[in-house]
Amino acid sequence: MLVAILSLSLLALALGLALGFAAVRFKVEGDPLVDKIDALLPQTQCGQCTYPGCRPYATAIANGEADINQCPPGGEATIHALADLLDREPKPLNPDNGVEKPKTLAVIDEQTCIGCTLCIQACPVDAILGAAKQMHTVIADECTGCELCLPPCPVDCIDMVPIEQDIMTWKWSLPEVEQVRESDQ
Amino acid sequence: MSRRLSKFNGGVHPPQHKTESTRLAISTAQLPKRLTLPLHQHIGEPAQALVQVGDHVLKGQQIASANGYVSSPIHAPTSGTVVAIGEYPIPHPSALNADCIVIESDGEDRWGERMAVADYHDLSPSALRNLIREAGIVGLGGAGFPSYIKLNPGHDKVIKTLILNGVECEPYITCDDILMRERPQEVIAGLRIARHALQAEHCIIAIEDNKPQALAAISAAARDYDYIEVVQVPTLYPQGSEKQLIKVLTGQEVPSNGLSLQIGVVSLNVGTSAAIQRAIFHGEPLLSRIITITGNGVDSPRNLETLIGTGMEELVSQCDGDPEQLGKLIMGGPMMGFALHRTDLPVIKTTNCVLSYHREQMPAEKPVLPCIRCGACMDACPVELLPQQLYWFTRSDELDKAQDHDLFDCIECGCCSYVCPSNIPLVQYYRFAKGEIWIREREREKAELARQRFEFRQARIERRKAEHGSRRKQKARADKQRDAKRAEIQDAVERAKQRREQAMKQAGQWQQERGDDKQDNTQQ
Amino acid sequence: MTEYVLILVSTVLVNNFVLTKFLGLCPFMGVSRKLETATGMALATTFVLTLSSVCSYLVNHYLLVPLNLEYLRTISFILVIAAVVQFTEMVIHKTSPLLYQVLGIFLPLITTNCAVLGVALLNVQQDFGFLQSAVYGFGASVGFSMVLILFAAMRERITAADVPVAFRGPPIALITAGLMSMAFMGFSGLVKG
Repeated sequence: MLVAILSLSLLALALGLALGFAAVRFKVEGDPLVDKIDALLPQTQCGQCTYPGCRPYATAIANGEADINQCPPGGEATIHALADLLDREPKPLNPDNGVEKPKTLAVIDEQTCIGCTLCIQACPVDAILGAAKQMHTVIADECTGCELCLPPCPVDCIDMVPIEQDIMTWKWSLPEVEQVRESDQ
Repeated sequence: MSRRLSKFNGGVHPPQHKTESTRLAISTAQLPKRLTLPLHQHIGEPAQALVQVGDHVLKGQQIASANGYVSSPIHAPTSGTVVAIGEYPIPHPSALNADCIVIESDGEDRWGERMAVADYHDLSPSALRNLIREAGIVGLGGAGFPSYIKLNPGHDKVIKTLILNGVECEPYITCDDILMRERPQEVIAGLRIARHALQAEHCIIAIEDNKPQALAAISAAARDYDYIEVVQVPTLYPQGSEKQLIKVLTGQEVPSNGLSLQIGVVSLNVGTSAAIQRAIFHGEPLLSRIITITGNGVDSPRNLETLIGTGMEELVSQCDGDPEQLGKLIMGGPMMGFALHRTDLPVIKTTNCVLSYHREQMPAEKPVLPCIRCGACMDACPVELLPQQLYWFTRSDELDKAQDHDLFDCIECGCCSYVCPSNIPLVQYYRFAKGEIWIREREREKAELARQRFEFRQARIERRKAEHGSRRKQKARADKQRDAKRAEIQDAVERAKQRREQAMKQAGQWQQERGDDKQDNTQQ
Repeated sequence: MTEYVLILVSTVLVNNFVLTKFLGLCPFMGVSRKLETATGMALATTFVLTLSSVCSYLVNHYLLVPLNLEYLRTISFILVIAAVVQFTEMVIHKTSPLLYQVLGIFLPLITTNCAVLGVALLNVQQDFGFLQSAVYGFGASVGFSMVLILFAAMRERITAADVPVAFRGPPIALITAGLMSMAFMGFSGLVKG
């Protein structure tokens, strides 16, 4: 009886020591997983996922606090990519966070703009050019369509305009038979 | 013709339908009243308009200049007036409009200035290439790649073989065949110019064995030149595809995602060669090309020398077809062409064929059945890809796997769709997948840029806060110092005041004392 | 020498732990959705199985048998296996955090993988020596890995295919596993006994 207890305790102790040593030897710093998740997000920094930016959302996903279907600008493509990375089942976009909309750009109506710089301070990627009492304008190439500039504008002079398709941005669509099949499912 | 030919995997033998349009010789299409010239008829950046509405232009005058390195200028195909510059319908699978210059011809067909070159040997390859560029010559085989770039291999590359592609493997199309039959000297002359521009060693002209007259004509014209080899290749689709032809003629394969330049080979279409000859020997830019008008929608299928920008309906009428009775028009052939959304579109530099279907003689719609995994597509693929796997990957949105299976090496020849027993439109899946991958990559790059801008902005805000913080502290310190100094000064002033008061009080006291003394003194 | 080859062939093909003995089905079904995770899991299980097979032999031979503590076999084996799995977890967390995140709960669940405990106990039952135990453990893990990877590759293809709605996911996976098991029965005549 005593022998049994002693020998088991000894075994446990030996294994525990080995594990303790291994824990120190294989300590992990930081979290590279967050970087990988962040790389898949669209970087609009819009906050529709309820987190203040894409990196906090990525951290939340890595910690298991957030689900992968909370990003409307990323849409289905991002959900699939995240599901692929984390080996989870892809889900439809959570309607509480928004809906997937076609890509839009912000355009400032120059007749109405009063040069207050509130939108410049709101833009997360510095896509608005201007200064106090000077004309403000959105740099189309840098605008991500996050819509964060719309609420601060006191004269409501910013419109979200859908991006026009021309022959340079046009792409082939799936054959009709496939589109029908998708809508059946 | 003792060259040992190799083979490529697969390939199909669709019914050729070539004899319909070779019964008649080349005729010149009638001068149209209106010409619509899209600014984007080539691979690369669209050209930029040089003229304005109302300008009168002469035949051969440059009306749009090349924009950047990979681009090509556009010239007025006939004399007339520019009536409009704007967005008009163009022959493109998207059915979208694009920028065009519209010219109304004045019927005179008057040439502008033409600068012919007497002996091209006097010109350096670089000068020759510039002339070819200014003549607006692009690949007339269907791709529309600016030819002067193809003729510029760079300083370090030696071009051993220049191939002229007279194969024309696609059914229905006969424009190259008839060009070789009727104008072989033009083809050979253009070949010699291209050879000089490339400084190539050896030239091969490849012709399929279903074109015996063309072979005879070209062989006769090339007889005097020992560096030109005329080779007959077996009829097989897609023998005329550049990479497949190079494999057959030289036994070498162009590396995956690479260019034929990398193995010292350049290939040109015979039509492009004839256009080069016209540009250099006659100073004529690319204004017209031979187009095959065929199909059951026209009663007299034939080849027409057509001005670029002519409406397709006019060409159909000139071949005894009724535009009202047309069911479908295809630009190109039945394998690689695309259906047009209207019948009144203009022909462009890369239009090699207009395939017309009468409304009541449309090709039968075949129902699409599920894939039975038979593997016939794999056997037929000339690039030795796995079309079935690409199909499954595209369907399940595993596009990165599709890319790993060499999706971008697919030449979209249509052999796989042709042999599929379930009639699955395989090429459409691959075109979709390629477009989707490009778009996703572009979005990823954009997102990365946005992320960098965001992080930089955050860093800037933090820095400013830190600066403000330290500046406030500095100001507080300065204030304190100033206050301390002021307090010191105040103290000193106070002390001085006190001292003066003291002194005044003392002085007053003394006066009083002296006054008292004096009084005392007087009283005594 | 032939004895070890026989053990290997037996554990990998004839008496495959997953398809013939039906042990270790939990990770087999749970981790086989993607090929990369399946490969990672296979390597982890190989490491755990071989190491714990050896360690449990040592514990049994030098601690339990001399002290007549055979009745403590199960608990001490589990102790050894748990420690080895913990160690493996730490190594994976350090070398591939993505694999660590993706394997998730299945990594510590290797502890309860009946194939691991099964190998340890079968070693004792078949009275194997040190080297035989090691080869037996290694062979079992190779068999497990092979089947896991094959199954994952098949499942990837099945996800892309036209499966009827009622069968999508676990049902078609189980049917496929059953068919694989039947196929592996073809090896039954390979090794006598």
